[in-house]
Amino acid sequence: MTDRTTGPDQMTGATPDNGMRNANRANGKPGPMLSADGTPLKRSLRRAQRRQKIRALMLIAPLLIFVLLTFIAPIADMLFRSVQNQIVSDTLPRTVASLERWDGQSGEVPDEQTFRALYLDMFIAAERKEHTRLGSRLNYELTGVSSLFRRTGRDVDDFGEVYEDAFNDLDPKWEDPTTWARILGSADWVGEAEGAEAPGPDFELRDDVASYLPLTAELYGIFAEFIQTEDGDSPMEEEPWTLVYTALYWDLQRQGFAYSGPEADLVRAAAQAASGFENVSLKALFIDSDKDWGDPEVWATIKTYAPEYTPGYFLNAVDRQLTPDGVEKRPANEQIYGILFQRTIFMSLTITISCILLGYPVAYILANLPMRTANLLMILVLLPFWTSLLVRTSAWKVMLQQQGVINDTLVWLGLVDDASRLVMINNQFGTIVAMTHILLPFMILPLYSVMATIPPSYVRASKSLGATNWTTFWRVYFPQSVPGIGAGSILVFILSIGYYITPEIVGGTTGTFISNRIAYHISSSLNWGLAAALGSILLAVVLILYYLYDRIVGIDNVKLGG
Amino acid sequence: MASTTENVQPSAGFRPTTGFYVGVTALFGAVFGMLVGNAQDAPLIGLIAGAAIMAALAFGLVASGQERISRWGMIVLGAIVGYFVADVAGAIMGALSGWFFGWLIFWLAKGRYRAHLVPYLTPGQVLWHYTFRVICGAIFVFLITPILVVMPLSFNAENFFTFTPEMLQLKPEGYSLKHYNDFFTNSDWQAALKNSLLIAPAATMLAVGFGTLAAIGLSQPTVPFRRAIMAILISPMIVPLIISAAGMYFFYSRIGLQGTYLGVVLAHAALGIPFVIITVTATLVGFDRSLTRAAANLGANPVTTFFTVQMPLILPGVISGGLFAFITSFDEVVVVLFVGSAGQKTLPWQMFIGLREQISPTILAVATLLVAISILLLATVELLRRRSERLRGMSPG
Repeated sequence: MTDRTTGPDQMTGATPDNGMRNANRANGKPGPMLSADGTPLKRSLRRAQRRQKIRALMLIAPLLIFVLLTFIAPIADMLFRSVQNQIVSDTLPRTVASLERWDGQSGEVPDEQTFRALYLDMFIAAERKEHTRLGSRLNYELTGVSSLFRRTGRDVDDFGEVYEDAFNDLDPKWEDPTTWARILGSADWVGEAEGAEAPGPDFELRDDVASYLPLTAELYGIFAEFIQTEDGDSPMEEEPWTLVYTALYWDLQRQGFAYSGPEADLVRAAAQAASGFENVSLKALFIDSDKDWGDPEVWATIKTYAPEYTPGYFLNAVDRQLTPDGVEKRPANEQIYGILFQRTIFMSLTITISCILLGYPVAYILANLPMRTANLLMILVLLPFWTSLLVRTSAWKVMLQQQGVINDTLVWLGLVDDASRLVMINNQFGTIVAMTHILLPFMILPLYSVMATIPPSYVRASKSLGATNWTTFWRVYFPQSVPGIGAGSILVFILSIGYYITPEIVGGTTGTFISNRIAYHISSSLNWGLAAALGSILLAVVLILYYLYDRIVGIDNVKLGG
Repeated sequence: MASTTENVQPSAGFRPTTGFYVGVTALFGAVFGMLVGNAQDAPLIGLIAGAAIMAALAFGLVASGQERISRWGMIVLGAIVGYFVADVAGAIMGALSGWFFGWLIFWLAKGRYRAHLVPYLTPGQVLWHYTFRVICGAIFVFLITPILVVMPLSFNAENFFTFTPEMLQLKPEGYSLKHYNDFFTNSDWQAALKNSLLIAPAATMLAVGFGTLAAIGLSQPTVPFRRAIMAILISPMIVPLIISAAGMYFFYSRIGLQGTYLGVVLAHAALGIPFVIITVTATLVGFDRSLTRAAANLGANPVTTFFTVQMPLILPGVISGGLFAFITSFDEVVVVLFVGSAGQKTLPWQMFIGLREQISPTILAVATLLVAISILLLATVELLRRRSERLRGMSPG
């Protein structure tokens, strides 16, 4: 409530407001307040604020873009990779298309048509040396596929030899690469390629050949491109793959086959003769190469993993498996990730609790000692904090080994027999001790900063009201220090759940975390999709905790170095 | 609570009973004697002898009234006994124990343990007070011992990761500088050092350059989406390193940065940015905006204002943020392990390999050098923090 005589609108005399109002009155209309340059004050303020906002954003933009590109993009890429599964449909496109007609539940092997598609895909993949990659990808889902693909990749070259021989026997011209080039290449290209240095100009298909010999044209195109780019050879000089002979045979077998173009006589003669060629069953050839091709389960696996995106890696990461019959649990002896996640959580919790137990007294004494002494003791906390992680890890390796400092001391004191030295490293104990030491400063510092703000008068008041020391601590002091415990715990837990180096060095086999498994899948087993899926799950856990931390503490309030 | 009333008296004149200090000293003596006796396979004899000797000493020395002479006598006695048990090292240990018991006897007997405490505490509370301090002391020992143990071991003359008998007997032949020599002559270590010194400053420059600008932007009074932006910029610190490493490995191999210096520098810069943001925004919290307005009022353009007014004031924060970023990169091993290739092997990487394969204690020599560096950095950051708070008119804590 403004006093009537002193309120801004009641003031009389030469105030700036009155001046403006008088000016308005003189203009004859009561307008809004104006700023110095005559624009309404409201608008000019808004404009100034907008300018300020834009300036702030301009200052932040370079860093934001930098972080988005160097950090957020890689994380997004990893998330993407955990569901990405193009490899099957990229390597076996025709097979995947053909398998759509096949009923996985029937318990029967797909028909000859599918085997033909597989032959085409497999031959090309084997030439490009992509079949082994696909084999190892499918091997994650069904053991044995890797060797199946490798073996068939070697054999597939010979599957079409029957047709190659048949054509060559019919007319030796088929052995001549230029025959093929003339039939399938465009006139311009043939003109340019003749006599040109290998690999010659890029191959071009003749316009209408695809309507007469669709499959042959497609595969010859792939062949020509492959030998030009990969081998640096010219299609004019290289005999086509046996695959192309097979394709030509199939094309000639088509109903209502007709052909006009270069070498028409040769092609027509071949079409005449083709019905008399020996017909081989690719199904038989494949099963002959490896009997696993007769196993419907292999086909079902290919069909199940045909889509470009798959939840398969995530299911693997939680010990499930995507089978043709739906999601199933993995066999009991292969369920390792559930145990690993449990262990990671359990050990992180143990480390967090140890840090609270060890950090609370230290933070308390630091907050309650005189400033000088506290600052000196703070060095003992900050020095480990600043010391290289690897230095601290190596120190613990030195301390905890069987021939290490602690065991030596215990033996020297006679507390432990020389023959039965304690095993403190390469197990969970080693990881917990070393990581508690490494993460303890992250607990002490937030706890200290909270405890330093607790007024000592509360404690004194409580005691003077007759509370015992314990009651005073538990009912008055402790509740006020809880925010510090919360902040420190979340920080320690977040840091410990994703730790890699220390468990790797002192953890052995029983003291490792999920991160060690992720690293293993990236660098040793090369199952990147699974590594990405495990990483995504871990990331989700951490982000939830990060969100909580931001809610409870506020990310701006992170303090470094006390 | 009878003892409470007895103890309510001015602490200066407080004298505990003879039984109290003799008893407590005997208790400590018993524990000490048991440990020594245990090493000689006679714990029980050690326990009884320790208790008896210490009780007698406590009684005798206090009765003599000569504190100074008594305490020196204890040190000498301890040294002599120690020398006969275990040579030079034993003498040092003995002298230390002698000093401790000499101090303990008079600390108890003269009632000094109550001198700094409020007089109305019960004995139980006094006991708890000191028990609590001992617990805290033990935790401090836990914090610092691993780092202290590494240092003498780095002078080991043998290729062991533990103290040799020669070292324990303090014989000069047990010590040598050969691991330091190895570090400075071995080409692997030198290449690693060179890479570290190449990558860390470059990453620091990037992080500090972008980070300072952004921190100034973030500390403007109105920033749209401030919370979200902050969350993104801080995230490299929160996301587990293995996930960052995995993501960067996948992504950088796609764009051809995997296995290049540029890739490692960019990755390390991203990891260092949160530290720069946090320290610089913290410095800017106390920054007086009227200073820049005054500068503008006096005709300075924004760039001049920034470099002559704002920058000198926030410089301590910028430098300590830079030091954090530097140590992050200098210390980092997970990301470089994945993003780098053998050509970018850094010091921590080389240490990591050494630890896994446990080749030689050269690692410990490197560790000692790194501890020395971190002490230097810690001191610098602390000085900068104080200077910054003084500049901004806060009382340095």
